[in-house]
Amino acid sequence: MAQDVTGTEPDDEVGMESIEGEASARLLPQDALLRSVVEPVGSATAERSLGDDVVRIDRSDLAAVAESAKSAGFNMCVDVTAVDYKGVRRTRFEVVVNLLSHQHNRRLRIVTAVPEDDPTVPSLVSVYPGTNFFEREVYDMFGINFEGHPDLTRILMPDDWDGYPLRKDFSVGEVPVQFKESHQVQ
Amino acid sequence: MARLSTPPNLLMTTIGTAVRWAQTQSMWPATFGLACCAIEMMATGAAHNDLARFGMEVFRASPRQADLMIVAGRVSQKMAPVLRQVYDQMADPKWVISMGACASTGGMFNNYALVQGVDQIVPVDIYVPGCPPGPQSLMHGILTLQDKVMTGELAR
Amino acid sequence: MAKPVRNSAHPPSPTTRSDLWVAGTEEPDWMVASTDEGAQEMERDEPQGRSVEQRGTRVVDDFVIDDSASDDERMIINMGPQHPSTHGVLRLNLELEGEIVRRVKPIIGYLHTGMEKTAETLTFLQGGTNVTRMDYLAPLHNELCYSLAVEKLLGIDLPPRTLAIRVLMTELNRVSSHLVATATNGMDIGAISMLLYGFRERELILDFFEKTTGLRMNHNYIRPGGVAADLPDGWEDDVSDILERIPAAMDDYEDLLKENPIWKGRTQGVGIITEEECLAYGITGPTLRATGSQWDLRKSQPYSGIEQYEFDVVSGTHGDVYDRYRVRIGEMYQSLRIVEQVANSMPAGDYTTEDRKVSPPPRSRIDESMEALIHHFKIYTEGYKVPEGEVYVAIESPRGELGCYIVSDGGAKPLRMHTRAPSFANLQALPIMMADSLVADTIASIASLDPVMGDVDR
Repeated sequence: MAQDVTGTEPDDEVGMESIEGEASARLLPQDALLRSVVEPVGSATAERSLGDDVVRIDRSDLAAVAESAKSAGFNMCVDVTAVDYKGVRRTRFEVVVNLLSHQHNRRLRIVTAVPEDDPTVPSLVSVYPGTNFFEREVYDMFGINFEGHPDLTRILMPDDWDGYPLRKDFSVGEVPVQFKESHQVQ
Repeated sequence: MARLSTPPNLLMTTIGTAVRWAQTQSMWPATFGLACCAIEMMATGAAHNDLARFGMEVFRASPRQADLMIVAGRVSQKMAPVLRQVYDQMADPKWVISMGACASTGGMFNNYALVQGVDQIVPVDIYVPGCPPGPQSLMHGILTLQDKVMTGELAR
Repeated sequence: MAKPVRNSAHPPSPTTRSDLWVAGTEEPDWMVASTDEGAQEMERDEPQGRSVEQRGTRVVDDFVIDDSASDDERMIINMGPQHPSTHGVLRLNLELEGEIVRRVKPIIGYLHTGMEKTAETLTFLQGGTNVTRMDYLAPLHNELCYSLAVEKLLGIDLPPRTLAIRVLMTELNRVSSHLVATATNGMDIGAISMLLYGFRERELILDFFEKTTGLRMNHNYIRPGGVAADLPDGWEDDVSDILERIPAAMDDYEDLLKENPIWKGRTQGVGIITEEECLAYGITGPTLRATGSQWDLRKSQPYSGIEQYEFDVVSGTHGDVYDRYRVRIGEMYQSLRIVEQVANSMPAGDYTTEDRKVSPPPRSRIDESMEALIHHFKIYTEGYKVPEGEVYVAIESPRGELGCYIVSDGGAKPLRMHTRAPSFANLQALPIMMADSLVADTIASIASLDPVMGDVDR
């Protein structure tokens, strides 16, 4: 399997140590917790970005990693969101899942790239029921489908809205401000 | 009442004045608090800046019993039909105060999600600027509205 | 009449509206009142179960339907979005069987402001103005979370006075937010004097905020790099005034509510949620702590120097409305304790970082120094560039875990700014709390959950 499965450009970021993972991910050696989270998964990349633990995986492994994270002690999924890297990276979208473990007092960020032509990701509702609203919001704002979500409908925009607002090709929708004395916009 | 086409005479002007006085002194607002301005509206109605001394004793939940709609907060695209429906349910005479920058013009959020000014949906009588306008600003707006109704400038 | 599709690319242009609107004339089609949205509403046959093991019951198809009762006895009633007790524009579809709520589906989005999209058009310095209007009852917490995230990306450290000022302001904001929560909680259940008491005390804090930040709400005071201005002269007197009068007033609230049999009857045993359910649904804050959990980010993952101050984590036992009320009252006392410690130990020094590339120089310096003028100009026009990276920072807001996820591409504006809103996740507790309860209890549950719709919809 190609190393660059997630399709992201390697980031030259200040202060980041990137350790490429292979069959059994070689993570930071002291970190048994993260090792147990990514063990069931074939390929993962672990990083420490500005003090956060970030794990990059393939999108098909998302549900499996979430399950193993939950059994490893990450009892709360705090956030599911997405980023549109249009023009910045090869793979357009990235779904970001933030987990929190009460017993270990640790956070973990799982990041997975999602291509533009097939924006589908497995849903985490069966593992963390609280991701229900978050996934609906990502669908509403980015158009990313979550397979297995019980009720994937728009949540913030009206049902008949056309377009996905947080995508980069969706304009902000500014209305030109008209001042009384200025030339009227017709 | 003020639109009657009879020529002005002592009786009708006196009754007209009396009617307008009654309208201003017991104008009941409908609860249409949406966002941050709603909190300032509640603060205006609370004890420190008491709105009840101007006759706005109660905020009626049912629009059918209210005659003033203070649109307090940002109106999103999803909320616009609801706003119109509530306005339509109010009985004449009714007035609208657009409270805050977001209700008046869209405020700092000039984007796809907000209606850029609630006057695109309902006719507005008084605009109260501020983000959010303090209770004193809102009260000034309300008192201005009462003056305008009293003098007959806002005929309904 | 066909409902026109509201296309983002073609918002209603200013020229299509008439300049003079007279009541009773023809309205354009798209404005005719229509609250029917189709998919987001509840459908009659839609299954709704709790998909987590709780109280012995299991997954989705465990939906108890009494076969002998005809379907006609169940009604789907719409509550909101314009409603005095839904704490803003929250819409609920309730399936009622008589007075008992069988299912509930919250429909949100009525306050969606596109703040995350707007954030991509604002510089990092302007971002605070945007973020502060999300959770409008605790604006300083929003600003603090955003500022901490930006500072982490910038990699700067702050002087101790800045940290202490931030703690002072955010803890006072916690008190004012809990005052509103308790006030509206009381009003919704019927204790209307609680509303007046709560807002009366809140005025004290808002007066202090107005002196310090210039505004009563939505302050834009905590900015990346520090705070906008130093505390005003005489702030110690104002703070000690607050510290005297608010605990005395809280004795009034306790007199009114704590042992009141009506209050207890309406709040004890109502809106129960367990700790496992909270953790599964990502619910944090007083709701989680009322179930017995001790999780508080100020203790577990402290920020802004709050670990120097002594305070306790207040938690409940039963996870019902009464316990959430007790937790909020307790947290108010603890916050005032922190405020007292900060006021007694406020260090001297700078209120903002020395790095002039991030924090604008004081206005008086602009006349004297060319560099100061240049820095001022660059920061306010183009904005400072933040190094590439992504970061997630979370703080404990009065509603729970408030997080800010920022992705920067090295420019002056964020590539992506996302706020993890506590109320958004907390709303998922509503179907659990309201299951098989009376309609009056649903009002109590919503009020005790303390959702702020600006936070939910952003």
